[in-house]
Amino acid sequence: MKQTVTLRNAAILAACLLIYPAIFSGPFYLDIGVTFLLAAISASAWNIVGGYAGQVSVGHSMFFGFGAYAPLLFYTLFGWPPVLGIPVGIAASIVLAIVIGVPTFRLTGHYFSMATIAVAELIRIFFGTWNLVGAAIGLQGPATARGWWDLTFRSEIPYYYIFLAVLALLLGLTHALECRRFGYSLRAIKAGERAARSLGVPVQLTKIRALVFSAIFTSIAGSLYSLKTGFIDPESGFGILISVQMVIIAALGGAGTLYGPLVGALILIPLQTATNTWFGGGGSGLTYILYGGIIVLIARYEPGGVFEIWHRLAPQRWRAKLAA
Amino acid sequence: MLLLQVIVGGLLLGAIYALFSSGLTLIWGMMNFINFAHGEFVMLGMYVALLVVLWVGGGPAIFGLASAIALFFLGVAIYLSLIRYVLRGPMLSQILSTFGLALLLRYTAFFIFSANFVSLPQTPLSGIINVAGILMPVAQLVAGIVAILLTIGLHLLLTRTTIGSQLLAVSEDRSAAMLMGIRPDRMQALAWGLSAGAAGIAGALMAISYPWSPSVGETFGLTAFVVVALGGFGSVPGALYAGLIIGLIQGVSAFWFGPIYKDIVVYALFVALLWLRPQGLMGKA
Repeated sequence: MKQTVTLRNAAILAACLLIYPAIFSGPFYLDIGVTFLLAAISASAWNIVGGYAGQVSVGHSMFFGFGAYAPLLFYTLFGWPPVLGIPVGIAASIVLAIVIGVPTFRLTGHYFSMATIAVAELIRIFFGTWNLVGAAIGLQGPATARGWWDLTFRSEIPYYYIFLAVLALLLGLTHALECRRFGYSLRAIKAGERAARSLGVPVQLTKIRALVFSAIFTSIAGSLYSLKTGFIDPESGFGILISVQMVIIAALGGAGTLYGPLVGALILIPLQTATNTWFGGGGSGLTYILYGGIIVLIARYEPGGVFEIWHRLAPQRWRAKLAA
Repeated sequence: MLLLQVIVGGLLLGAIYALFSSGLTLIWGMMNFINFAHGEFVMLGMYVALLVVLWVGGGPAIFGLASAIALFFLGVAIYLSLIRYVLRGPMLSQILSTFGLALLLRYTAFFIFSANFVSLPQTPLSGIINVAGILMPVAQLVAGIVAILLTIGLHLLLTRTTIGSQLLAVSEDRSAAMLMGIRPDRMQALAWGLSAGAAGIAGALMAISYPWSPSVGETFGLTAFVVVALGGFGSVPGALYAGLIIGLIQGVSAFWFGPIYKDIVVYALFVALLWLRPQGLMGKA
């Protein structure tokens, strides 16, 4: 029963996302669609370690940045098609995840949060001074495509479907993990680390595996970002606001739920576009005041996010319907 | 000689790091809670100092006190309206609460004061004195010494007074403290006030000699993490030594490698520390 409902929901969601470009075909709406998908991919990747395992990273931009730099770096250095840089970004992110995870996961969760923010900042400043990666100016991708393999398109539609495919893959894998021992171990760790350990869950190893899995997809999200925009600099790759966006989207929708990040992105991306349009870009910082306010309100009133509200309200509504 | 001067300058800046980091370590030690908005408190202390100088006038004693008092009440208000409720919540809301607060404070400051760097107008503490060939701006010297005295004062307050014992009692065992007639909420609000007040006055001291913009809060927040990680969590004397050490390392690495590398060296030290000695230099294993 539950399985069929899940399948039906996934099918409806997939259908809606597949036909979106056909209905909203203007460049403005396509751009929102692509931004939404990218935000959903990043936040879903964060969700593995931040949501399911409850290890709150506030420096996930380090993986995003590695993923974003690698394609353009190899294009700039050797003229490789940017796609070939994606595995390099993934490899670098895996190494970084292990380097950070091994020491901090031995300690309480706060250390992990602190270490992630410090490492992300360290890398951002370092990339800003390193001439090989363009220092503060950053790197650029191919201006016009030399062939389809450059993945440089005029239209947004190919990007839309590539991003959608990656999102589907990520959600599919997450769902598969959810139902396996690994997924149960993650939730056990989140609920109570000591209890999980006493039941024989290899806590340290599970956390590191979650972080590595999360880092891989965050890195892919970064690669997709730089493939699409064809440009990357330290701020747009490693900036703290990249991490903030992942955290807020996942927490707003519901951290540790499969569709939570999607719901969060569905709320936040249009909201962000609206505030940017009304208040004139990010220059005034009003968008981020809004972000900060939302994060504080979630933390204070509804740590479970929108999903939690839904789970509380839905039964009441059904009960009302049955009683009527 | 130049190196000696760099060392003294680094130590004087480190004294201010020690002061605001002791506020962070107080909250951490007492509630096992990390305040991601601590650097923003320092930044706000700087702007309070600026506003007081522009609107009221007066010297460092006046605006320093004003920053301390303003931030004390902000800290108490934040505890009572937000932190109290998330303290017993899941880890996610603990981290999100102050992280969101940091964004809120930082970008509100951006909105009000713009992203431009500002500095205090000339204060009475100007001029340079020459101690055995080392040239020191009077403002930095006074600020450094005041910061060390205040950090020691905070340590004495925590260890030698009734209030300190009550704070310690709450952090050791909340229920037992309640049975002894201590109100934990009141004590924790006081701790938040002291923590933010220390950050505020540190900001005012720093504002005397350094220009700043709303984004400095992020750097100061990270610096405070490193200082606390080095000094041991919850230890005010540890924060004092570690603050001086970090100031020194920053000054010397800026001198040897160039100013842009000073933060890189400090953050790299932090990562190394997490690998090798996560409990800090003074902390117990």
